[in-house]
Amino acid sequence: MSTTDQVAPPVTGDAWKHAPDTVEAARANPDELQPHLELGLRDDEYERIKQILGRRPTQSELAMYSIMWSEHCSYKSSKVHLRQFSEKAPPSERMLAGIGENAGVVRISDTLAVTFKVESHNHPSYVEPYQGAATGVGGIVRDILAMGARPVAVMDPLRFGAADHPDTARVLPGVVAGVGGYGNCLGLPNIGGEVVFDPCYQGNPLVNALCLGVLPADRLQNKAAAGPGNVVVLLGAKTGRDGIGGVSVLASATFDDESQQRRPSVQVGDPFTEKLLIEACLELYDANLVVGIQDLGGAGLTCALTETAAAAGTGMRVWLERVPLREPSMEPHEILASESQERMLLIVTPERLDAVLQVAAKWGVLATAIGEVTPAQPDGQPGRLLITWNGYPVADVPPGSLADDGPVYARPMREPADLILLQADRAETLPRPATPEALRETLLRMIGSPNLCDKTWVTEQYDRYVLGNTVLAQPEDAGVIRIDERTNLGVALSVDGNGRYARLDPYTGAKLALAESYRNVIVTGAAPVAVTNCLNFGSPEDPGVMWQFAEAVRGLADGCAELGIPVTGGNVSFYNQTGAAAIHPTPVVGVLGVLEDVTQRVPMGFHRDGDVIIVLGETRAELSGSEWAWVTHGHLGGVPPQVDLAREKLLAGVLADAIKVGFISSAHDVSEGGIAQVLVESCLRRGVGARVALPPRFAVGAMPFLYLFSESAGRAVVAVPRGQEKAFTALCDERGLPWSAIGVVDATGGELEIRGQFTIGLDELRGAYSRTLPDLFGAAAATPTPVPVGAESEPVTELAAEPAAQETAPRDDGDG
Amino acid sequence: MRIGVVTFPGSLDDTDASRAVRIAGAEAVRLWHADKRLPMIDAVVLPGGFSYGDYLRCGAIARFAPIMDAVVDAARGGMPVLGICNGFQVLCEAHLLPGALTRNQHLRFRNHDQALRVENAAAWTNAYEPGQQVVIPVKHGEGCYVADERTLDELEATGRVAFRYLGGNPNGSRRDIAGITNEAGNVLGLMPHPEHAVEALTGPSTDGLGVFTSVLKHLAGAPS
Repeated sequence: MSTTDQVAPPVTGDAWKHAPDTVEAARANPDELQPHLELGLRDDEYERIKQILGRRPTQSELAMYSIMWSEHCSYKSSKVHLRQFSEKAPPSERMLAGIGENAGVVRISDTLAVTFKVESHNHPSYVEPYQGAATGVGGIVRDILAMGARPVAVMDPLRFGAADHPDTARVLPGVVAGVGGYGNCLGLPNIGGEVVFDPCYQGNPLVNALCLGVLPADRLQNKAAAGPGNVVVLLGAKTGRDGIGGVSVLASATFDDESQQRRPSVQVGDPFTEKLLIEACLELYDANLVVGIQDLGGAGLTCALTETAAAAGTGMRVWLERVPLREPSMEPHEILASESQERMLLIVTPERLDAVLQVAAKWGVLATAIGEVTPAQPDGQPGRLLITWNGYPVADVPPGSLADDGPVYARPMREPADLILLQADRAETLPRPATPEALRETLLRMIGSPNLCDKTWVTEQYDRYVLGNTVLAQPEDAGVIRIDERTNLGVALSVDGNGRYARLDPYTGAKLALAESYRNVIVTGAAPVAVTNCLNFGSPEDPGVMWQFAEAVRGLADGCAELGIPVTGGNVSFYNQTGAAAIHPTPVVGVLGVLEDVTQRVPMGFHRDGDVIIVLGETRAELSGSEWAWVTHGHLGGVPPQVDLAREKLLAGVLADAIKVGFISSAHDVSEGGIAQVLVESCLRRGVGARVALPPRFAVGAMPFLYLFSESAGRAVVAVPRGQEKAFTALCDERGLPWSAIGVVDATGGELEIRGQFTIGLDELRGAYSRTLPDLFGAAAATPTPVPVGAESEPVTELAAEPAAQETAPRDDGDG
Repeated sequence: MRIGVVTFPGSLDDTDASRAVRIAGAEAVRLWHADKRLPMIDAVVLPGGFSYGDYLRCGAIARFAPIMDAVVDAARGGMPVLGICNGFQVLCEAHLLPGALTRNQHLRFRNHDQALRVENAAAWTNAYEPGQQVVIPVKHGEGCYVADERTLDELEATGRVAFRYLGGNPNGSRRDIAGITNEAGNVLGLMPHPEHAVEALTGPSTDGLGVFTSVLKHLAGAPS
């Protein structure tokens, strides 16, 4: 299966018939024409490669540079902006690994750390929805694994074109099945995400995948190929012709009519192999058998070899014919560029090689020694990466020139010319429903609209229970995972974005995405500690898009500084456009929070009769970019809601303290769809009604509409056990957080009443909320999701019992 | 009591099943698919997951795992054996239980909290009240139970239908069957996941615990 024999095999006569382009040949024929433009390299980039090598590149080297210097791998257009994430980062004692690693690692206790990251797999998912989405999950899971962590949960923010467009009926079911098919088979609970529809994503859906992992803090792995003489081992699946050019051809170019024909550039996933790879790697880490490790993702072996060597400053000698192939006819440049899935690169000491091979054999995973680490050069310069294939030297390059020293561009930027007009076209001037009947009709229409409706059709195709540590999962505001069964330490995780807000103002839009994600985490009772992001944008060669990107990065970096939580990693996805039409700029932001005791988590649904419903924060006339403007008027214009991060922090502080003393029995963040959406979701979650009276100044004319559908940021709706509302509101007053008590939870009424406006039965609400996706994409099951009578009451009492037990102390304090 | 939990390559709910065994008050013993003999144990659980990737057909490869000969022998000798989801599929493939589990009728993987009725009182179900209604998660793409009419009639007549779906059949199973036992009553296969309903914190209920406490009750009362 493998060999440590470091002597190159003799060149056979047969091999000469297919002689590859070698280093000697490159020297001998310096002027041979090469297809650098077809591979995505510009003329000046090609010249730079020649300068670095002192000759023209070989065919293999050209393939290596073209993928490593692609936008996807080199971040050449984004690097100058992304620096702000480090420069503006607030100090954090928790961060063990940050930007530049496979994923950021954050300490959550003396002994434990978590790692999380979100990545895009947009273009492949449009070309081949199932495999594109599946391998998106597989790729991010390997990033997490490479840090030394056991992957413990995934989330998938998904964006599609118009819900009723015929092509959405092709893309969405495939993407959802792919996310589920891969994640379910890996045994990773899917605990949250987004499903968003907008025509701007019609030709370019966004399939982002997030993974969370857990590790003992002292098991942190790194990718450096340290120690000359150490063995380079390729672990996992055989290498095939799938995914060649994935990063350069698919991910780093604008879509056009031919994109559909690029299926060979999409990788094909095998989750079973990945599951074995995970278990094998974890056993290797625990036995301390690995010096360095790197996953193989975009740019495959080329990326793993050059990054591991560059990180250590060492060189590497690789015998390419030792790479196990699915297709024996593969040529060296194909082996180097293949993006076959389920592979990892290990650096191990020669004495531990046998032990490594034994672990691999136990799990039935292929492991092959393909090279060795070589020293830095005598003058102290980093070593070189020398690759031979059947005795032919096909590449001889400085690894850093590929991994770190790619081109960097400060691309021209210009505010889009239409922005000033777009911002002047405010949604606040649109006609609004002014009668109770119109308001009732609006609410039913809104909760059934594609972006606000029930997403069960999607999420029930994902396993949320596996591993047995899922405390909260979608449709809750954030996913909550128990990390330590003995101490009940856990984390909360949310991921959010709003492309419409970012289109109207990318700086504020990025901050709003951060604020929403942050709010989703704090309403569960968790303390936010770190941020990841996936920045989905159009072509960086368009100055308008580049301006949007720069503004969004600036907004996110400023926002993180204001909130005091650092960005630990992320991903940039450019070229999300078909022809000249770019998607809305879509920064997707993930926030991770720590819950010292997950049994104290706060769910989103009303569940206890008589709880007082209180809105925290201020409601302003903010309708521009709102879901209402889009659904009822097809309108996008004006400026997005104001964002006040100091206020978000204040909200976090009040919620944290109130939750600790048992003041809060449920909490739900207010975002798209406004307070109306929150009330409906909070009622339907556990089938418990509510009676609401709007604050006096919002009670007449078109004001009730504004109160229910404005999307002002910085708000949450909480339910406070009766008897504790005075103590709770006193706490809000003391901290300066505006609040208004708007009603009570009514567990027996079975309806949502907005006094003086309308009353709607929960059955009617559920009907309007739940049928949209099954109607569009086919009934998910032979029968509707059961809401068993009697069964539903089980968890309700369960949840009610916990806070009740803790009630005594605060009640005694508050009410005397 | 010591209850073995088998890990096949691709098993996913083995850790969860072990946790459920511990919460029920027994000791969980991890078993490896390549082992040929069972250690000293009182019962065996074949957990959920995608054994061997479920390529070919669910459970079809796992049935030939080295440990399965020992499990089949033990089951025929009366040792309680529980197959959950993929484990149920393995038990059918191994002919310890009749019938087969085919693709869900609606063709999708589906995960939700499912109402069930407990229909018998055998080794793994005796801690429930007869006819008790419980809520336990289901999550599978191939859980549609099929068998010929005669077998189905026989299962019904001999009290071997252990669990039945209530309030909607999630996969198209014949006669809403969610779980069945063998003739002797010591082998139970079911599609729902009792190990995901053993803690109020993480499950929709704690109704699944009864499966694990049943077997402890059975073992305590069983003649040695």
